[in-house]
Amino acid sequence: MFDNNLRGMIDDVKDGRMDRRAFVKRMIAVGLTAPMANQILAIGGVAMAQSPNPYKPTKRGGGGPLKLLWWQGPTLLNPHFATGTKDQDGSRIFYEPLASWDVDGHLNPILAAEIPSIQNGGLSADAKTVTWKLKPGVKWHDGKPVTADDLVFNWEYASDPATAAVSIETYSGLTVEKIDDLTVRINFKKPTPFWANAFVGAYGCIIPKHLFADYKGGKSREAPNNLKPVGTGPYKFVEFKPGDLIRGEINPDYHMANRPFFDTIEMKGGGDAVSAARAVIQTGEYDFAWNIQVEDEVLLRLEKGGKGKALFAVGGDIEFIAINFTDPNTEVDGERSSIKTKHPILSDPRVRQALALLVDRDSVKKAIYGRAGRTTANYLNGPEEFVSKNTKWEFSVEKASALLEQAGWKPGSDGIREKDGKKLKLLYQTSINGPRQKTQAIVKQACQKAGIDVELKSVVASVFFSSDVANPDTYAHFYADIEMFQIPMTQPDPALHMRRYHSRNIATKENKWQGPNFPRWANKEFDAAIDAADTETDPIKRADLYIKGNDLMWQDNVMIPVMHRLAVEASSNTLRPALSGWANQTDNLQDWYRES
Amino acid sequence: MSQYILRRLMIAIPSLLGISVVLFVVLALAPGDPFSELATNPNVPPEVQAALRAKFGLDDPIYLRYLHWITAMAHGDWGFSFVSRVDVDTLILQRLPTTLYVVGSSQLLALLIAIPVGVYAATRPYSLFDQLANTFAFIGFSLPTFFTGILFILVFSVKLDWLPFVYTSVPGSGIPWLLEMIRQAIMPVMVLGLFQAASMTRFVRSAMLDVIRLDYVTTARAKGLGQAKVIVKHVMRNAMIPVVTLIALQMPAVFGGAIVTEQIFRIPGIGSLLISSILANDTPVVMAVTFVFACLVVLFNLIADVLYGWLDPRISFR
Amino acid sequence: MISAVLLLLLIAAVVIGPFIWRVSISDIDVVAGLQGPSLAHPFGTDDLGQDLLARMIYGGRISLAVGLAAMLVSVFVGTLIGALAGMSRGALGYALMWLTDLFLSLPQLPLLLMLIYLFRDGLKAMFGPEGGIFILIVLVIGGLRWMPVARLVRAQFLSLREKEFVEAARALGASPVRQVVRHILPNALGPVIIAGTIDVAAAIIAESTLSFLGLGFPPDTPTWGRILYDAKDFLDIGPHWALFPGGAIFIAVVAINFIGDGLRDALDARKVI
Repeated sequence: MFDNNLRGMIDDVKDGRMDRRAFVKRMIAVGLTAPMANQILAIGGVAMAQSPNPYKPTKRGGGGPLKLLWWQGPTLLNPHFATGTKDQDGSRIFYEPLASWDVDGHLNPILAAEIPSIQNGGLSADAKTVTWKLKPGVKWHDGKPVTADDLVFNWEYASDPATAAVSIETYSGLTVEKIDDLTVRINFKKPTPFWANAFVGAYGCIIPKHLFADYKGGKSREAPNNLKPVGTGPYKFVEFKPGDLIRGEINPDYHMANRPFFDTIEMKGGGDAVSAARAVIQTGEYDFAWNIQVEDEVLLRLEKGGKGKALFAVGGDIEFIAINFTDPNTEVDGERSSIKTKHPILSDPRVRQALALLVDRDSVKKAIYGRAGRTTANYLNGPEEFVSKNTKWEFSVEKASALLEQAGWKPGSDGIREKDGKKLKLLYQTSINGPRQKTQAIVKQACQKAGIDVELKSVVASVFFSSDVANPDTYAHFYADIEMFQIPMTQPDPALHMRRYHSRNIATKENKWQGPNFPRWANKEFDAAIDAADTETDPIKRADLYIKGNDLMWQDNVMIPVMHRLAVEASSNTLRPALSGWANQTDNLQDWYRES
Repeated sequence: MSQYILRRLMIAIPSLLGISVVLFVVLALAPGDPFSELATNPNVPPEVQAALRAKFGLDDPIYLRYLHWITAMAHGDWGFSFVSRVDVDTLILQRLPTTLYVVGSSQLLALLIAIPVGVYAATRPYSLFDQLANTFAFIGFSLPTFFTGILFILVFSVKLDWLPFVYTSVPGSGIPWLLEMIRQAIMPVMVLGLFQAASMTRFVRSAMLDVIRLDYVTTARAKGLGQAKVIVKHVMRNAMIPVVTLIALQMPAVFGGAIVTEQIFRIPGIGSLLISSILANDTPVVMAVTFVFACLVVLFNLIADVLYGWLDPRISFR
Repeated sequence: MISAVLLLLLIAAVVIGPFIWRVSISDIDVVAGLQGPSLAHPFGTDDLGQDLLARMIYGGRISLAVGLAAMLVSVFVGTLIGALAGMSRGALGYALMWLTDLFLSLPQLPLLLMLIYLFRDGLKAMFGPEGGIFILIVLVIGGLRWMPVARLVRAQFLSLREKEFVEAARALGASPVRQVVRHILPNALGPVIIAGTIDVAAAIIAESTLSFLGLGFPPDTPTWGRILYDAKDFLDIGPHWALFPGGAIFIAVVAINFIGDGLRDALDARKVI
């Protein structure tokens, strides 16, 4: 019912029978938030709203230096090679995409003249093509004009496997065709409801054809401009020391009026998150520090009488405990955790449910994440229209104990439950990271109270997240009973986030553990929902399918969500950064300014 | 003597080759992945991570990778970093001056404290000065640099607001620039220097005590030589052997950097390059840094041996 | 004397402590986090509200055992290799110095990661999870810290073996072993003892870094080094947290050092003037 009503209203807005603002008001009246209402309109085919960042300066420059602290310094400045967000952030100072995501998860045009929509003819009804128009008159830092050829080149460059670009996936499965000097069309091989990936956001940054054309493919590493970026961004390149320092100066020909505000920019790397927070919040040596993953208690103390504050941006990053559905202790054909086995303890849904009851999310929030976390029962936590309202969670040692009793696990003489002479003992692994070890301690204690013996294991992050086929300690091998880490959501769309757990993606020895479905969970209903959502062009049906997927994961306790994590940044009190939980920190750098 | 040095240098070549083989094997066997950051990024499927590994030769057999490395090295090609895709020698040269400046100054500071304090304490064993020096030394090496570094930051940057704690390369020149360079190096140099000085003071004192009790010192005193002269001419020279050994052990660190201290103060030195490369499994960088480090270890060992002969002519080398 | 008593007291405290102070080391009480010393928690609590006294006592057992055992390993290996290299005048001397140089230049972190990867499961199977990890930690810390001792001992030997009293012993027909044990070694002990005391502190701290590599004890096991490391970010908020482990390591170092000094005085007839 609600669905039909909503659809009617969306059509009203589309046809101009209803005012956009009125629609949002109605939505708020039924308990939705304003950004959520906007999203509903956007996926309903109404031209996506833009919420431009507030920007007060009335002239370009004059803002003095902007000093940024990234505790992991960028190591390279070619956006197509960016291994981590730190590299994307560094490149983004100089390079720009066609559009980037703003605070509410809307597209904000950067190099594009406008955001493609069905109304302006940018999007086709079958979701197979997107037409982008470049803003006229944009120049590279060396004075050459930006044209459609540059866009086509970026697609050719990134999609060539010999280039060894990290962005290869963003540009495969599609072709880019030049329409005129300022227009390109992206043709997808199959209907792609989420079209805003190529040329958008971090991997969408565009490099100049005239400087990189000779270095496509095998010679990509030799391009001198890998280290001396020439882009279109608000700041021009001055100096780069990998892992340590980036320096830039104002671009006097920047294509947006009155921007940028600052005369120079410095991005310093290295150190640790706590001292980065100190340098911004406590001593004011720096203006802004990235990714301050610090106990909230420490941040609160630093903020007292300090020169800065912590900022939080909501995205969809989820910290969770994943459950192994296969047996990590039995080897079948040279592979443990093989899909030919079943987990001897955790294949019982009651045990999984008991475990979910033993994760004290409130304590984890209170002791560790504080303002930087939100407790949740869902794996999928954003954008709003994809968030399920059907799920709930609780912490109860009693209920967990009762469930375990029911499942036949009786306390032994040492307080540890056993069944058929087998102890209820679980190996709980995660990567080495302060908050994670504390979470482990909290979960372990609750499990002990319920009679589960938990052995903790922690692995160095570079090993845990490695794709090394020979190493048994990676998250993908999952040679443990349960494991905990975070999966970020890099775009305001759940397609990639949810496709992971399709049963065809199960990690096995055969696919060299490259299948992203590491819990090795297989559920026909989930597969069907995800397959349908992948090509569903009706936005409301599509959102329903993802919510269904999330609910199935919740019912089966595949993932026990620990915390919906917010991005935490430290900023000086006078700085006005433009941040979004759906984008990297520097993605809206042109809109940053300082208030005196 | 020169013949001895020449022979030692000849031996150094095969021994360094041997060291390079062991280093390479350790690095190749050590688990990890330069592209682990890509793992949880939903935009980048695991095949991309695996393809990158294959492209950079990480899946080749170890002996092939070693042969590849050693032949390139013989041609003066240090390889390129997997992580930043920059030539390794460029990366190292960029970092070297800072390390030489900061770690070198702290080693100098350690020596300037340890030798006079150690010598003076040894001449008056169990006096008040000796007791104080010992207590400070014990505190000095009981507290790791990760701890003293933060303590210094809290006191001198946060509470007193005298010194900056983010070390950055300031552009410019002239006196103000020089002063700024000195100002931001004070804390790291102190933290590292005091930590080194603590243990070194103990070694100097002990070495002095060993010699001061020997008969010839008593004889020299009996001849009526002044205390200062006895100490400097007769005791110190003989007590220098362990001290020279220690300094020879420390010198390669002036190149290798100080991982923890560099991390705390964000000093862009070799130590922080090494640790981030190790954590990222950036083998070409780690291999280059450790290999240069190994060369320095061997070199300073040789220098120490030559100095032993000079300090105590009875030590003969053939 | 006092120092031996001090060390014994410290050991007694960590051995008997748990029987007197019966608070659990892992009880979490988020509300009572970061409290200063009080009657309920004489050493205060950490940020999760765990009792620091209980954790210090429990951690002291591990830290002292690891510190002492690793020190003994490094001093023993270092002295042995240094003595052999110092006495040998041929290929053996070069070979041992090459080994020392090799170990000095090995980057420790990748080496440790490799060791975990290769040996953890085997040792666990052989000695049980705790025994296996203990042996691995002691061997790793001891095995990576013997080189300075070896170099120092060798340097002392090079000089001492040419001294008159050794020559006299040699002329009197003393075997090389007797020369070393009776005459050279006692005179070379000075730096060895200093290195030993420094190694105890270094080993206690090194243990804490190992657990960050997944090589040490499981992450929830408190040890002095680990407590100190965890406390560092809270230094201005809860200074008590860092004070106790720091102080304990200091006391252990002082006690061991004085015992070492006493040991040397007992071995050496000539007393300090």
